[in-house]
Amino acid sequence: MTTTDHDHQDAPSDPALRVKALESLLVAKGLVDRAALEVLIDTYEHKIGPRNGARVVARAWSDPAYKQRLLSNADAAIAELGYGGMQGEHMVVVENTATIHNLVVCTLCSCYPWPVLGLPPVWYKSAPYRSRAVIDPRGVLREFGLHLADAVELRVWDSTAELRYLVLPERPAGTQSMDDTELAALVTRDAMVGVARITVQHGDRA
Amino acid sequence: MHDMGGMHGMGPIQQERNEPVFHHLWERRVFALRRAMGAWRRWNIDVSRHEVELVPAAEYLRMSYYERQFAAFLVLLEKRGFIRPAELESGTPDPGVPVAVPALSVDKAAELIAKGVPTSRDVPVAPRFQIGQHVRARNINPTGHTREPRYVRGKLGIIHRDHGVFVFPDTNAHFLGEKPQHVYSVRFAARELWGADAAPQDGVYVDLWDDYLEPA
Repeated sequence: MTTTDHDHQDAPSDPALRVKALESLLVAKGLVDRAALEVLIDTYEHKIGPRNGARVVARAWSDPAYKQRLLSNADAAIAELGYGGMQGEHMVVVENTATIHNLVVCTLCSCYPWPVLGLPPVWYKSAPYRSRAVIDPRGVLREFGLHLADAVELRVWDSTAELRYLVLPERPAGTQSMDDTELAALVTRDAMVGVARITVQHGDRA
Repeated sequence: MHDMGGMHGMGPIQQERNEPVFHHLWERRVFALRRAMGAWRRWNIDVSRHEVELVPAAEYLRMSYYERQFAAFLVLLEKRGFIRPAELESGTPDPGVPVAVPALSVDKAAELIAKGVPTSRDVPVAPRFQIGQHVRARNINPTGHTREPRYVRGKLGIIHRDHGVFVFPDTNAHFLGEKPQHVYSVRFAARELWGADAAPQDGVYVDLWDDYLEPA
């Protein structure tokens, strides 16, 4: 048996080997079809991610009627753009304004709106974020580089049930002439979780 | 351990630039295997969450997200009769363990992704609370599964929104029935939860079922 500097775990506890053993067993028992596993992996690794949410946000920025539908019935409005499904069966969209900032967390596990944001980043699922987002949300935002003015009302949404939250960020100034594709390119995952604002780089200005 | 809202001492948030969706090949497999096996419907999302919560606290904190998911998944597969420990040791199926067919197909996987597994229920259940009503989150401390976080128990809030009727996790997680009831977004003032140091205008909105609430 060879070891390397980064291979510090004993073989029996190596998750790669244990997962492989389990998968082989489940396939041998006919309980899983590897082709279906590939579909699941490929979908969440390559097809569903924050670009979906960015399209929703861009559309809401450019189409006031769509924005109203999105805020009043998020499931239907998001479905208009072809998104929905697993871990986004029941969606709620909350809007940031000059006076209200929204932040999303799941203190009990790691609930996250998959159809519009994909799978969550590690920090979202981590103990530091889950523990602090509700008790010290302004401190959390500062760690992300977002300094919220004292006068702004901060609303933290703890995803304790099966509702999944998406933040509709504020549209940045200087983007009046941008089309939906250009707008969507500005929208970041972090802004749709509420840990960032959307800023326009000099080169983005149209 | 899982009920982390408001805890101290967890350290700074570690962000990763250009983070990949999965960090290891085996994480991909755990993700997909859990979804594919979940499609047998021998457990539900609440059962699955509860199993992760049963990971001992020290282990829970030490493990990565996918390590926890995998540990809980193995236990669940055994509890629900899909595999036996000896099978995992030997790598060969025990002919005495019944095999169910057919496995989740490619088409069914695509359908699962597109439709998900809704937990709302279209049954006529009257809401016990109205929007704008003052409520108190009940001080209950069940040893089983619950989605009422500790940090709101006993605290006063206001019904912000009625989301409609959903499956109740506390019973569903233990195969004791769906007990469908209204779920509300309840606004708790940050000062009600955390005291005078919190910003006066800030609030935490928590989705809570009828059974977690009482009039105030």
